[in-house]
Amino acid sequence: MIREYRTVEEIVSPLMMVRQVEGVTYDELVEVQLHDGSIRRGKVLEVNGDTAVVQLFESAAGINLADAKVRFLGHPLQLGVSADMLGRVFNGMGEPIDGGPDIIPEEYRDINGLPMNPAARDYPNEFIQTGISTIDGLNTLVRGQKLPIFSGSGLPHANLAAQIARQAKVLGDDSSNFAVVFAAIGITFEESEFFVSEFRRTGAIDRTVLFSNLANDPAVERISTPRMALTAAEYLAFEKDMHVLVIMTDITNYAEALREVSAAKKEVPGRRGFPGYLYTDLAQMYERAGRQLGKKGSITLIPILTMPEDDKTHPIPDLTGYITEGQIILSRALYRQGIHPPVDVLPSLSRLKDKGIGAGKTREDHAGTMNQLFAAYSTGKDNKELMSILGEAALTPTDLLYAKFADEFEKRYVNQGYEENRSIEETLDLGWELLSILPKSELKRIKPEYIEKYWPKKDQQA
Amino acid sequence: MVFPGPVPHWRRERRQAIPSGESILKEGRINLSGKVVKVSGPLVVATGLADANMSDVVRVGPQRLIGEILTMKGDSASIQVYEETSGLGPGAEVVTTGAPMSVELGPGMIEGIYDGIQRPLEKIVEKVGPNITRGVEVPAIDHDKKWPFTPVAKVGDQVTGGDVLGTVPETEVVLHKIMVPPTMHGTITKIAPAGDYTVLEPIATLTTDDGREVELPMMQKWPVRVGRPYQHKYPPKRPLCSGQRVIDTMFPIAKGGTAAVPGPFGSGKTVVQHQLAKWSDVDIVVYIGCGERGNEMTDVLREFPELKDPRTGESLMKRTVLIANTSDMPVAAREASVYTGITIAEYFRDMGYDVAVIADSTSRWAEALREMSGRLEEMPGEEGYPAYLASRLAQFYERAGSVECIGSDERRGSLTAVGAVSPPGGDLSEPVSQATMRIVKVFWALDSSLAYKRHFPAINWLNSYSLYLDSLKPWFDENLGPEFMRNRTAAMSLLQSEASLNEIVQLVGKDALSPADQLTLEVARMVREDFLQQNAFMDVDGYSSYDRQEKLLAMILHYEKLCRDAIAKGAPVMALFQIPAREKIGRAKSVEAEEYPQVYQQIEQEMAQEIEAVSAQGGEEA
Repeated sequence: MIREYRTVEEIVSPLMMVRQVEGVTYDELVEVQLHDGSIRRGKVLEVNGDTAVVQLFESAAGINLADAKVRFLGHPLQLGVSADMLGRVFNGMGEPIDGGPDIIPEEYRDINGLPMNPAARDYPNEFIQTGISTIDGLNTLVRGQKLPIFSGSGLPHANLAAQIARQAKVLGDDSSNFAVVFAAIGITFEESEFFVSEFRRTGAIDRTVLFSNLANDPAVERISTPRMALTAAEYLAFEKDMHVLVIMTDITNYAEALREVSAAKKEVPGRRGFPGYLYTDLAQMYERAGRQLGKKGSITLIPILTMPEDDKTHPIPDLTGYITEGQIILSRALYRQGIHPPVDVLPSLSRLKDKGIGAGKTREDHAGTMNQLFAAYSTGKDNKELMSILGEAALTPTDLLYAKFADEFEKRYVNQGYEENRSIEETLDLGWELLSILPKSELKRIKPEYIEKYWPKKDQQA
Repeated sequence: MVFPGPVPHWRRERRQAIPSGESILKEGRINLSGKVVKVSGPLVVATGLADANMSDVVRVGPQRLIGEILTMKGDSASIQVYEETSGLGPGAEVVTTGAPMSVELGPGMIEGIYDGIQRPLEKIVEKVGPNITRGVEVPAIDHDKKWPFTPVAKVGDQVTGGDVLGTVPETEVVLHKIMVPPTMHGTITKIAPAGDYTVLEPIATLTTDDGREVELPMMQKWPVRVGRPYQHKYPPKRPLCSGQRVIDTMFPIAKGGTAAVPGPFGSGKTVVQHQLAKWSDVDIVVYIGCGERGNEMTDVLREFPELKDPRTGESLMKRTVLIANTSDMPVAAREASVYTGITIAEYFRDMGYDVAVIADSTSRWAEALREMSGRLEEMPGEEGYPAYLASRLAQFYERAGSVECIGSDERRGSLTAVGAVSPPGGDLSEPVSQATMRIVKVFWALDSSLAYKRHFPAINWLNSYSLYLDSLKPWFDENLGPEFMRNRTAAMSLLQSEASLNEIVQLVGKDALSPADQLTLEVARMVREDFLQQNAFMDVDGYSSYDRQEKLLAMILHYEKLCRDAIAKGAPVMALFQIPAREKIGRAKSVEAEEYPQVYQQIEQEMAQEIEAVSAQGGEEA
């Protein structure tokens, strides 16, 4: 039975208080009908006796306290899901906006999802080749991982994300069951259009589900958008056995929308005014990525966020980093040097890399060379810094080789552009070529037998 | 009062309030119910509960969601619900169970994975599939499984709380001792013969002093927020060997001690915690994944059964209990998870075992506390955390210790607590880090700049500390020789000198240093790279025994001594640094565990010869 009330007592956008209600439950979906017949939606945030506090998903403009009719629908916000969603474009509330027909749902799903039982998870360990050396070689991505891109305003994170979406593949696997779910959260039309045209150019558009909440759409709608996307992804991955890559941009806009609602609710703010439950809220989204035992599909999640003032300790990147399995950090300094993609290798990290590399997955020498490259680049950068203070003469010949290594590493390994697609063998061989700048005795992190096997041949002639 | 040993007054008082364990066979008395009036996320207010007790567990709504009473005001109670409250509204029924939040203790917990309120996650998968739905009811330990029980006590024995009635071989490595529940005492009038029993079948009958007959099953219940009693606490004196060189040698923790691992994300907190859970030389490990990643728990769940305990040769899972309340699971249950974990740990400690509780991460627990506090509209303290944050943290860590257990056989057990702290932005001035630092005795400060250099474990040797060094010294002197502590001090001072020398190098360059200082820098680098760095993902290097740690550090310091002597005689510094034995020292940590004593001896010999050769040559040139 649908109950309708005309007892709206107070509206402080985006919150609305309805009196004298009966049988209303927490988290229920609410429809508000305006006097012109248009419908706004919201959900119940709190019920206290006969009073319900409703959070609107859309703007409250035009709602009249006396005329508005409020209906409580008896179920939480749901998304009708179907395999036909592939190739379609939806708004942030899950309604088609591409002019096509409505989706005939195979089932309705609560967009909040349910926590995944850790005992039912399958550990992600299948190597995904992105064709980008800094990711494949040093911060390996695996299926079912959540790996965010920490970027800054004006940095080319969109190009990097598009490159990953275009080139990502699992070795020896057919790509027919691959899908992309893209959630645009409060980004500009131009940014969104970049992705759409990119997907169209590569033909990926037919395998893509787009959820689009642009910068001029209501901010509160942004809270639902990523959940819509993840609900669709869960359906495709765990019902339709697809390998889904979810790209969400920009999480900073999402967190700000959450702060807006929290402030309207007059909650005690945490750091920088963000609500204390930001961690839990983000975790409930990010943790929906992964693999399940006995299921073929997987959800790999790449959230993109712009760090305010490039500050990694800002609550949004900070809490994200605590939840996700690593992070790819873009560096403004490298970008200014014209290095593309400007991945800052040292603070970037993939926590799941160790399970996805090695003999049978990539190559036996991968782990050792990876650690050696990191260590050598880090030493090289330190030496370069020292060199700029004290001059070249202050460094030992070995220190100078390290400095040279750091330069070459940035120029050749990091700087590959957005079009080059390197196989993992090419990436590893390039790593060896760079390491051969250093004396063999410095390679303490690589097993001696691998040094024998993979040390570039040209050096032996010399 | 037949409670052996002196019992502090305050504890005698409290004993009245703690349950005896006898009520569990008569459970299910449900006589009080109320109605929901308000729902706000996990906080529910209900009226009509005037007769309920504070902290009672209640069942809410038609789905029988589990909750706990937080505050009482007249007949209305604020309830923290441990499950998602979507779909709950005013008018729903609330039923109190009349008992506080408790765990079931008995055979069947080892190798298990539980959520924050001790629901078995693997059973839940079987019952409802890969996602956790609401209101699932599964007993914490299997009530139907039969365990082979061997009696130890005899009819006519006078027993008291903690006395062992019999044993059950729970896994190959854990002998589960069935104990008399803590507050009971009397005479055994009946004891079951050896045979297979479920945890609920009575295995003994006790006649108490006032003539009541009590049947005791193997299972006990205990409220999680109350520490289990013990006879005495002792200052911890034995080190916990974790096989991690930077921990065992540099900043050791004692069995029964407390430690915190703070660090920003990406600095390797979880790897350190996993290494401790894997290699600590304790009998039982309780690993609490509190508000952390689901995949990390899955990793433990899939990896531990494959790993062999270096001491018993059995799988590590056979001594491990997992509590997993991941970040996407309800926040209220996260708050309970650390208590659930430590109560299970105390139960095993009472059997006389060495137990380690590893909690990852206490910051998430504190955030759960903050969230509930906010919903209760309490006055916030620092950064929105409730004012009682520090005292709650202290209560948790204080449940650790090296104790003489209750029972008349004077057995000793220990409970070591290690908590990760995840300070926002890596800033240790925030309330959770500060409150933790005031309590714990060992502090392993993780450093992101070390992590960027791939120096793992990224424990900063200048900021970390251990307050157990003095109390552990007698043990080290006796078991590893007095050299061990001397070498440790020498290595620490080398690292200290390195830090100050590096400042000079920044200004004037390495060449300007005297040969002796250059040697200091070089040896400090060896201590860092060849000793402190340890690869958790390499089979050989993942675990290093105390003997091996001692030998490796002694070898590096011996190299220093020989070089210092040679430099004094005028040997060229660079030649000393480039002797072939140097590279061998660098690879010494990856030598197979069986071969290291011989290999290390050989390296020492080569090293001495080569340095001898260099100084002879150097002398000629000069």
